[in-house]
Amino acid sequence: MTSDQQILESPLAPKQTRLEELWQLFKQNRLAILGLIIFVFFLISAVIGVILTSGQEPVFDPAMIRLQEKLLPPLTRPNIETLQPAEIPTLGIYLFGTDDLGRDVFARMLQGAWVSLTVGFVAVGISVLVGIFMGGIAGYFGQGHLRYDQIIVSCVLITGGIFLALSETYTGIGVLIVGHAYIFFSIFSKRILAKRTLPKWFNLMHKGAISIDTIIMRTVDIMLCFPTFFLILTVVALLPASMYNIMIVIGLTSWMGTTRFVRAEFLSLREQDFVTAAKALGVGNFRIIFRHMMPNAIAPVLVSATIGIAMAILTEAGLSFLGFGVPPPHATWGNILSDGKRFIFDAPWLTFIPGIAILIVVLCFNLFGEGLRDAMNPKLREKG
Amino acid sequence: MKNLLSVQDLKVYFRGKDQVARAVDGVSFDIRPGETVCLVGESGCGKTVSALTILRLIPSPPGEIMGGRVFFNGVDLLDLDETDMQKIRGNHIAMVFQEPLTSLNPVFTIGDQIGEAITIHEQVEPEELRERCVQLLRDIGIPSPEQRLKDYPHQLSGGQRQRVMIAMALACNPDLIIADEPTTALDVTVQAQILNLMKSIQQKASMSILYITHDLGVVANIADRVNVMYAGVIVEMGDTYQIFQNPRHPYTQGLLASLPGRSRRGRRLHSIPGAVPNPAFKPPGCPFHPRCSFAIETCKTRFPEMCKHGEGHLSRCPVLD
Repeated sequence: MTSDQQILESPLAPKQTRLEELWQLFKQNRLAILGLIIFVFFLISAVIGVILTSGQEPVFDPAMIRLQEKLLPPLTRPNIETLQPAEIPTLGIYLFGTDDLGRDVFARMLQGAWVSLTVGFVAVGISVLVGIFMGGIAGYFGQGHLRYDQIIVSCVLITGGIFLALSETYTGIGVLIVGHAYIFFSIFSKRILAKRTLPKWFNLMHKGAISIDTIIMRTVDIMLCFPTFFLILTVVALLPASMYNIMIVIGLTSWMGTTRFVRAEFLSLREQDFVTAAKALGVGNFRIIFRHMMPNAIAPVLVSATIGIAMAILTEAGLSFLGFGVPPPHATWGNILSDGKRFIFDAPWLTFIPGIAILIVVLCFNLFGEGLRDAMNPKLREKG
Repeated sequence: MKNLLSVQDLKVYFRGKDQVARAVDGVSFDIRPGETVCLVGESGCGKTVSALTILRLIPSPPGEIMGGRVFFNGVDLLDLDETDMQKIRGNHIAMVFQEPLTSLNPVFTIGDQIGEAITIHEQVEPEELRERCVQLLRDIGIPSPEQRLKDYPHQLSGGQRQRVMIAMALACNPDLIIADEPTTALDVTVQAQILNLMKSIQQKASMSILYITHDLGVVANIADRVNVMYAGVIVEMGDTYQIFQNPRHPYTQGLLASLPGRSRRGRRLHSIPGAVPNPAFKPPGCPFHPRCSFAIETCKTRFPEMCKHGEGHLSRCPVLD
């Protein structure tokens, strides 16, 4: 054994973790670094913004109305003589001017940054979680088939649920009991029935009807057919307007891309030796999916997530612009823009400032995402 | 002696669109505790499929276990459900794969991966887990194991990775290790090291090894008993001495004659004419008869039975009997 050890003291690959290697490649892309810097700046200002603009007596009050100071251009000093001491902006200057109600646009932009940030992250978080789950199932279990009896039982259970929701309590419970009875029956009868010859209809019920892959991927296709923005408009019109509803709705209408990514990755990862090796160690299916395969599939998902954040911020701004977004008086970049459009010739800064802010943030996420993609994609590495 | 593993008349078919590939077509062999059994044969003769079937890792569909039994410690593994099977895998039967380069997950450190092999089957405290991982790495001869635990697979050489795979297989002290051509992807010096390692581990832990290979040199080095496979069936079985000194099947004889030897220096190597039959279109009768120089009329129609040639030495050729 000792002689073996001496032989094995061979030079090793350079000590560099994957993250360090990634950073090396990422650094070479200047635009991506610019995107990252703006992203960090945006993150910090959004976090500071929510601290400074919330609470009982915020440092920057986005809701403070000063009618005598309305529509002032950026960098104007307030007229101290006409204002109450409490109304004077903290910086002593209107950095981004004031709007038609004399509110400080700088304070409103700070407040809006937080909305954009949370909407972007939470919406994309939801879509990535749903996408990974659906894509993982479709890619790993995709070849499995649902049987006719499983489909019928789930229909029965759903019908029961609908009856309950319509407060037809007795019918609902009855239907649910039938459904559960069949499930119990099939669990306990499995061993007994295995040895008997069964009637034809019973065998037919146990035939595979439709593959899981088909179900999930066709659902994705159907979801992609909807014009997403109008779907969101409809849903938002039905639901009470709140920031959280918008996040959830944006998230639930944008998971399809991630699902396709993850499924495609899983189809190739599933055939890899390390998956068989993990199975041979006795690892369970879900652990293989989420612990062994997911980290290998996550890179393209992260890239599409950064670009997805930009999309979500744009969608939220669009919704707010149309008046379906976060309800006023809470400021978002979209509704600052929307309020400002009435004064576009008298006070162009009211549209330009939020517009340029949205542009820069979306652009920085896209640049960052593309830089990340180039750094993670081994095929594009030789270029750098 | 009682058998640890007993495979009886195992049949595994792969269903295609309009044909059925009979990859494993009635394989039977036994493994006793503490012994090394080799499964030898050409590529595509069903060695790996037999091994994967023992662990029930055949992808299904298209694979299908059509018959037979696999008794492990008296329990038929083909009867177990998936949860019970997971308790067997890794814990009682472990497997070492052919490609050490791809059999380790590239995104985890080897410490994570060896640790996982243990934690799946046992409840272990974190410090004890680390201790055991270090001990395993030390056992398999990886220098400075404490630091290697934090390495990723791409930082190790091929031989080291295969050692890590062996460590993972050893993690739960299994009764049987199935080694599927563990040295094929490695160069000859590393191959010798790995073989010595497996032998020493086996002596220490007294476990059985099912060693799958196409390399007769490896077989001579490691095996106690040998099963020669051809086209999904075992054509000859016996202990290593019997097989090498007194092969009684034309296929085994052909394989041994194909080995380069010192006495035949400078001459052309012998080769068995023809190629392995497509598992979907096997010839009737003896699967080897189209390539066999001893073939007679009955070989074309009758599937040969096993003939006994000595203590534990069986061969599927009535002509050479």
